[in-house]
Amino acid sequence: MEVERRSFEARQASARDMLRGDLEGEDLERYVEERVVTTTFEKMLNLARANSIFPLTFGLACCAIEAPISIVTARYDLARFGAEALRASPRQADLIILSGRVSIKMAPVVRRLYDQMLEPKWAISMGACSSSGGMFANYAVVQGADKFMPIDLHIPGCPPRPEAVMYGFNKLQRKIMGEPDQGWRQRYNAAGTEEWARGGPASQPSPEAAEAYEIARELTLA
Amino acid sequence: MPDGPGLELLRGEIDGDAPGAVLATSFEKERAVLIVDPERILDVLTWLRDTPGRRYGFLSSLHVADYLPAEPRFGVHYELLNRDRRERLRVKAMLPASSPQIDSCVGLFPTANFQEREAFDFFGVVFHGHPELTRILLPEDYVGYPQRRDFPVGGEPVTFTYSEARYG
Repeated sequence: MEVERRSFEARQASARDMLRGDLEGEDLERYVEERVVTTTFEKMLNLARANSIFPLTFGLACCAIEAPISIVTARYDLARFGAEALRASPRQADLIILSGRVSIKMAPVVRRLYDQMLEPKWAISMGACSSSGGMFANYAVVQGADKFMPIDLHIPGCPPRPEAVMYGFNKLQRKIMGEPDQGWRQRYNAAGTEEWARGGPASQPSPEAAEAYEIARELTLA
Repeated sequence: MPDGPGLELLRGEIDGDAPGAVLATSFEKERAVLIVDPERILDVLTWLRDTPGRRYGFLSSLHVADYLPAEPRFGVHYELLNRDRRERLRVKAMLPASSPQIDSCVGLFPTANFQEREAFDFFGVVFHGHPELTRILLPEDYVGYPQRRDFPVGGEPVTFTYSEARYG
């Protein structure tokens, strides 16, 4: 049902009345209709996920000046989008920004960090180097990070301006809210590769944890 | 920095103690270079380090250059420094392309350890007597010596479809 939108002052006044217990009858109905939104659980979940991303504190090269450093400063302020909490451990993060060229010696390390992150997780390839090798068309650099791990978003530039990184981040948020997982990560064998926190990669989870994990995984990959 | 005549004097002194070790000298761009026989590199380095009045006691750099297609192909450069007189001297040993091998100078200059490993990593020059001659920067399972001039550059060809369609 469409509700006519009232001015901010009017809504504030009715909220005050509501708290005092003065709102009754038609006014109360109107108050509820103005404030309650019906949606699906998935949409609500994705809204929360998109607006509380914890990026990994992780820099590879010169792009790291722009991405994890500049965009959390006061001038650009990633906190506006709910991503100001940079995590120092991949086990607490759900976004990895590949900021710079990935050398062939670093690639297994990056992949391992990605595997250590908990689902749901996303990866942004930032700048020309991590997207395609960039100017480093040589023996030492991986020609595009999507050769060894799934990338959700590529940001062009050398390096991208912090504004471009923010725009890319907003794009990622829209992607998370729209379609959380298109299922294409399986191609990289990236689903279900998470390592268990206790005891390193070889350790096994408890049966209950494994069952809960399987259920959660089926839900996210469905 | 020894000047041109000073370099010849130095060569004469080395020839007196180690005849035939110095093959040639060169003095270009204010830089004195002794080109020595790779078989006797340790004799020359020891002489330069320990002789009173010379005492080039600091190896500021050890690196290799590939002079393809010249033969001998690889040049091992030792940049020596006397810190009291602030004198620099370059010692160069040329190695053949077929089997670039030379004695390690880690025993004389411990700083050469990592630099010889790097030279081995990128050029495949073997330093005999090195305590642990393994790759230092590239992954252990890397195949080839990428700083050699005949090593392919790598990377991937980029197709400039727009430019090619427009400009042919």
